[in-house]
Amino acid sequence: MRTIDLLIIGGGSAGMAAAIQAKKEGIDDILIVERDENLGGILNQCIHNGFGLTEFKEELTGPEYLSRFVKQVEELKIPYMTNSMVIDMTKDKIVTISNKDKGVEIVQAKAIVMATGCYERGAGAIQIPGDRCAGIITAGTAQKYLNIHGYLCGKRIVILGSGDIGLIMARRLTLEGAKVICVSEIMPYSNGLNRNIAQCLNDYNIPLYLSRSVSKVIGKDRLEKVILSAVDEKMQFIPGTEMEIECDTLILSVGLIPYISLLDNIDCPASSTKGAKVNEHMETMIPGIFSCGNCLHVHDVVDFVTDEGRLAGHGAAMYLKGKLARGNKIVVTPKDGISYVVPQEINRDNQEDVTFKFRVRTPVKDVWLIIESNGQQVAKIMKPVLIPSEMVMVKLSKDKLDLIKDEVTLRLEAR
Amino acid sequence: MKEFTCIICPRGCRLSVDDNMNVTGNFCPRGKQYAVSELTNPVRTITSSVRVNNREDLLVSVKTSGSIPKGKIFEVMEEINKLSVSAPTRIGDVVASNILGLGVDILITKNID
Repeated sequence: MRTIDLLIIGGGSAGMAAAIQAKKEGIDDILIVERDENLGGILNQCIHNGFGLTEFKEELTGPEYLSRFVKQVEELKIPYMTNSMVIDMTKDKIVTISNKDKGVEIVQAKAIVMATGCYERGAGAIQIPGDRCAGIITAGTAQKYLNIHGYLCGKRIVILGSGDIGLIMARRLTLEGAKVICVSEIMPYSNGLNRNIAQCLNDYNIPLYLSRSVSKVIGKDRLEKVILSAVDEKMQFIPGTEMEIECDTLILSVGLIPYISLLDNIDCPASSTKGAKVNEHMETMIPGIFSCGNCLHVHDVVDFVTDEGRLAGHGAAMYLKGKLARGNKIVVTPKDGISYVVPQEINRDNQEDVTFKFRVRTPVKDVWLIIESNGQQVAKIMKPVLIPSEMVMVKLSKDKLDLIKDEVTLRLEAR
Repeated sequence: MKEFTCIICPRGCRLSVDDNMNVTGNFCPRGKQYAVSELTNPVRTITSSVRVNNREDLLVSVKTSGSIPKGKIFEVMEEINKLSVSAPTRIGDVVASNILGLGVDILITKNID
């Protein structure tokens, strides 16, 4: 059985960043395993621009952004396999890789970075009442059909969910000649960026209906119409508010979930992000297995995925060199108004600054973010506006961390 | 007074512009430029994809080299949809020059071997 120092599962933005970082820190025996034909992950189909503003201080399209990392992978001569899928992984880091030409290979890794991205919630997850007809697909699938293969998924389209992919697809489908009738969002606010509502919907006069969802889909073979109904605060449909819309396609943009099925069999605890529970080096609760990017928690901006990949690559390099701090653990807990925090644990002996990444449950204005430990305040930061669709990052320097005892809490307080 | 959302970066500032073109609500100077442009000559960058002749079922992504007037978006899309290229492609390759005389080119944004 071949031995590999650092095996990286997933050659998207997180995986490439992790590999590049580990290589720069002296880890030479690396292998990236990518299931698609090319490195780059989901950015291959994100042909719109707006990527790289933090990383490169310029606005790039998805393929341009990823190409800069592919170039570094090539220049650093980091080995990678495409068309290859990791189908099993043990706690002892024995990994089974399946490749369509080479067949199955089992390797022993010394450290692993999980960078497997996320998947889309589909029709089954939201239990739409009505017929089971063709013409209901997720936004990412519609995007792949259109941007990679050149197939338009329909002509008269309703989009359910106002996340950024749904908004981006509303514009893209319109540009390619489809009629996007409306975007419907069950929440009273959009989960997409304001700029995407402006440039993807307002520019093309596409209406956005809030607090409204699909109460029925109707179609014999292909979708013929959808019924949109208003919902109350409890997300229940309000009778008498039905709008009947003739359409041939319903596109779902109703959420993304970290893809971590490889961890299912190895007893690796998850967190409220639905990704693995990790410490400040993005190391899961299984020593030597790291996780980063959208398989850890779903990000809004790829630049932050890249950054987190580097953090995991750094952690893996430290682990392989036996330099990773091991000590008493500080438990990180989100409270009052905060839905999750990454990381969920910090090693007491950690010698580096730690960045907390979190999201709020509902939109809030003029609040204090309070970081406290055993009742003692460590930091208090004013936040004018926080919304669930924007991940917040707060860096805590080493000297502040020294104030923390065995637990730390992040919470919001009204000003 | 006009109000709209800045589209320059993900921050998405809510901009207000009064009758004398005084801009407020912008976090950075680019917001001010955007507001003035939006009221005088709104422009957008277009991204799309074009066929790759020597590959089955494959498109390559493209973009306009600069921004074009908002009113010309669909005309530019018509021109883009007439284009096709042959692989290999390299980022920055010019597929069409000075499209519709607007002074912008259509550039490849993806490397295909």
